[in-house]
Amino acid sequence: MMRKIVKYVLGDIIRNKMVLVYTILLFVISLSVFNIETNTSKGILSLLNIILLIVPLTCIIFSTIYIYNSSEFIELLVSQPIKRKTIWYSLYFGLVLSLSLAYIIGIGLPALYYFPNAKGAMILIVGLFLTWVFVSIALLIAGSSRDKTKGIAIAIVSWLFFAIFYDILVLFILFQFQDYPLEGAMIVLSFLNPIDLSRIQLLLQIDAAAIIGYTGAVFKIFFGRGLGILICILCMCAWFLVPLWLSVKIFQKRDI
Amino acid sequence: MFKISISPYFRSACILKMSGKYKLFRHTLYSILIIILSFAVLPSYAGIVRVGKNQAIQSVQQGILQAKEGDTIYVHAGIYHESKLIIEKSITLVGKGWPVIDAQNKGEIFFIRSRNVWLQGFKLQHTGRSDMKEIGAVMIYDSYAITVYNNQIEDANFGISVQNSKRCTIKDNHIKAFNKNEVLSGNGIHGWKADSLIIIGNAISGHRDGLYFEFVKNSLIWRNKSTENVRYGIHFMFSNNNTYIGNIFEKNESGVAVMFSSKIQMYNNYFHDNWGDATYGILLKEITDSHISGNSFVQNTIALQMEGCSRIKVFKNKFINNGFALKIQASCDDNDFTHNNFIANTFDIATNGTLVLNTFDGNYWDKYEGYDLDRDKIGDISFHPVSLYSMIIAHNPAALMLFRSFMVTLLDKSEKLMPIITPESLVDHFPHMKPFDL
Amino acid sequence: MIQAKHITKKFGRLKALDDVSVQMNAGECIAILGPNGCGKTTLLKTVLGMVMADRGEVMVKNELVKKSNWQYRRHIGYMPQIGRYPSNMKIADVINMMKDIRQNSNLNEELATAFDLPALSQKKMGNLSGGTTQKVSAVLAFMFNPDILILDEPTAGLDPLSSEKLKAKIKAENDKGKLVVITSHILSELDDLVTEVIYMQEGKIIFHKKIKTLQEETGEIKLSKAIASILQSAEK
Repeated sequence: MMRKIVKYVLGDIIRNKMVLVYTILLFVISLSVFNIETNTSKGILSLLNIILLIVPLTCIIFSTIYIYNSSEFIELLVSQPIKRKTIWYSLYFGLVLSLSLAYIIGIGLPALYYFPNAKGAMILIVGLFLTWVFVSIALLIAGSSRDKTKGIAIAIVSWLFFAIFYDILVLFILFQFQDYPLEGAMIVLSFLNPIDLSRIQLLLQIDAAAIIGYTGAVFKIFFGRGLGILICILCMCAWFLVPLWLSVKIFQKRDI
Repeated sequence: MFKISISPYFRSACILKMSGKYKLFRHTLYSILIIILSFAVLPSYAGIVRVGKNQAIQSVQQGILQAKEGDTIYVHAGIYHESKLIIEKSITLVGKGWPVIDAQNKGEIFFIRSRNVWLQGFKLQHTGRSDMKEIGAVMIYDSYAITVYNNQIEDANFGISVQNSKRCTIKDNHIKAFNKNEVLSGNGIHGWKADSLIIIGNAISGHRDGLYFEFVKNSLIWRNKSTENVRYGIHFMFSNNNTYIGNIFEKNESGVAVMFSSKIQMYNNYFHDNWGDATYGILLKEITDSHISGNSFVQNTIALQMEGCSRIKVFKNKFINNGFALKIQASCDDNDFTHNNFIANTFDIATNGTLVLNTFDGNYWDKYEGYDLDRDKIGDISFHPVSLYSMIIAHNPAALMLFRSFMVTLLDKSEKLMPIITPESLVDHFPHMKPFDL
Repeated sequence: MIQAKHITKKFGRLKALDDVSVQMNAGECIAILGPNGCGKTTLLKTVLGMVMADRGEVMVKNELVKKSNWQYRRHIGYMPQIGRYPSNMKIADVINMMKDIRQNSNLNEELATAFDLPALSQKKMGNLSGGTTQKVSAVLAFMFNPDILILDEPTAGLDPLSSEKLKAKIKAENDKGKLVVITSHILSELDDLVTEVIYMQEGKIIFHKKIKTLQEETGEIKLSKAIASILQSAEK
């Protein structure tokens, strides 16, 4: 049943011009970055901030709006003999699959073409991870608030928080507690923001120069070893599973 | 015969001391030397001692005892379990077909305390180590004009040690150890209180310091390759007036560190892939009046760190793909950086103070975003190579978490427009638009 | 077929349903009437499980309506008040999707033919007029031969001809012994269809009567007049 609905949601989203525009935008960005920058690792770094900003922004805004615009469709399905959980997961998978596809075509494949190694793979993984996380946060927002305007506003604020404000907060903590050893705290803090987590993962792969001094060693040891990698993977999974699970709980109880 | 075999050195020594008004005398001396040479050379070849399993003399020890001043000892292929071979006369020792001298961890192999010794073609191995003293495959003490040429040294505590000696040449040796720990291991080529050494074309790996000099002066270090040592590729202190050309220092645990010396010339060396916590492409501490030029610094954690340095000219070097290209402490003054390429470094320059007494004009920085309206290939606006974030991270290493975050990029950009925290005087007034062809 | 017992539902401070109990049986055609915001739609949605009652319970064909029970909805055909659909889907896509979901081989496509939908099947939902969209909703409600038909303002937005076609269809299905529940605010339309009337106001059922009883009590033949007179007498 889920597969059938996903198929229809997917078809609907793929025909939506926004996803096409998003794909082309990513593709143009990645090609221009890879072609213009003579220095390839510098190119990959210019791509970094684009991935870390545009992917979450697009995913969270597009998905939030899509859910609101699908309210009648959801209403239609809810009145049919289908589990609500199935409807909601279908929406999630429809969104995730289409946006992931856009990312794979727009950035993943060019990245793998120019970097057929761990760097390219990491760019692909990180982008997909961010897509899943921010679609799932969008579902949580759209599921919790009935008001479309309010929901979109919350989505934008969440994006601002994860993309910028959180880092300002971290910097503030760094300055407030600079007399204490903060390396462990920084590792924990980096887990609490999917964008920071992605950035660090990506940098460990593509920019070995980031490994500077003692802190670099701490980060590298933590993120590069078995347990650290395991915690990273668990944390990344939690980042899209927990909001999704919460949103399902909310949607199941919600009046349509 | 003794005098004759040293004559080339003697001659050059004389020439150096000559001044113009003794020209006539010099010519006369020349002629005399040549005449003596032509008579003396023939008998010197007569003294040949052969050591080998099929020879009358079967041990190197015996060979050395039997040889007379100026004799040549040929040691034929085979394994010789010997150690503590003391050479106190002017002889030439040549290995034929790579004879192996294995000390079986019993101590030093050759002790040389002499003049004009030539040691060539041996494979020396397994000296063992001691906590009490430095044990080396070749130990040269109080000597003059010793040549160690084309030997292979494996698993020695120290490779070649030159102490209190002059005019020694160490050339084309392969020195290899398998150390894991810097406390237990010794240096590849170790110089202490030496003068006028020539160290060329050696390949050293796996020692504590590949090359180590203390109180060594007027020496030339050329085309050596010092890699994967457990501490420094080269480490020297109190060693003035030395020249380092075309050496390769790669993948050493702590890179290269040089201290308390002046009048150092470093040209066209390679400092590559020295990664790690507190690892430097090269650390200069209290170095003065020196030149650093044409070197290539690629993929080091910190390519060049300077502490308490003065009057160093750093020009025409390449800094590519380093974590920090240059960390210069406020204790440095009067150093000049020009015509260097800074490309794809995470941070170009970091410093720990606001006082800057060094000049940075006329370099190429790939991070420069200025313009060149008058097309003189020099950017029209100045470049500040220190970023705000590099200051933050130098002060507070845990800020690494925010590395390359969007927020940090924003901060850096705004700081570039209006410098508040970064030193305003650390500036390149004439940044080049295009990299130099180095 | 549908039993609701003491349902109460609040939206914030507003009581949408206040202790509503009702029984609806097969073969009946029930009109739920009342002013806007009286709880008609909420009552229907509670039956559909789209709104969960705060208190009370609803049984549909002897199955309890709750979060984990979704299968019972296969008995229901629902036509929403405003049926909007994914704008990129074509009419054919929507119909195929519903066929896919319902998995019912006993299809009733008379209404689709009557509305001449096959001719429009390649049109995108987003480009349809309100009336055509309502036609799609109606077609979907009837297509799977459900035992219960829940129609929320079915004729709103339909042209008179289509409206008549729909009414004929409702009548036909009702005559087959199906339960039909209609909400409407245009009373005159329902005269010849309805067998029972439920009148709601402020979340409460004011009365629930057979149409014949209603006509006898008030002496009015027209539904609208009958209701008006009953309300007037209640006010007195």
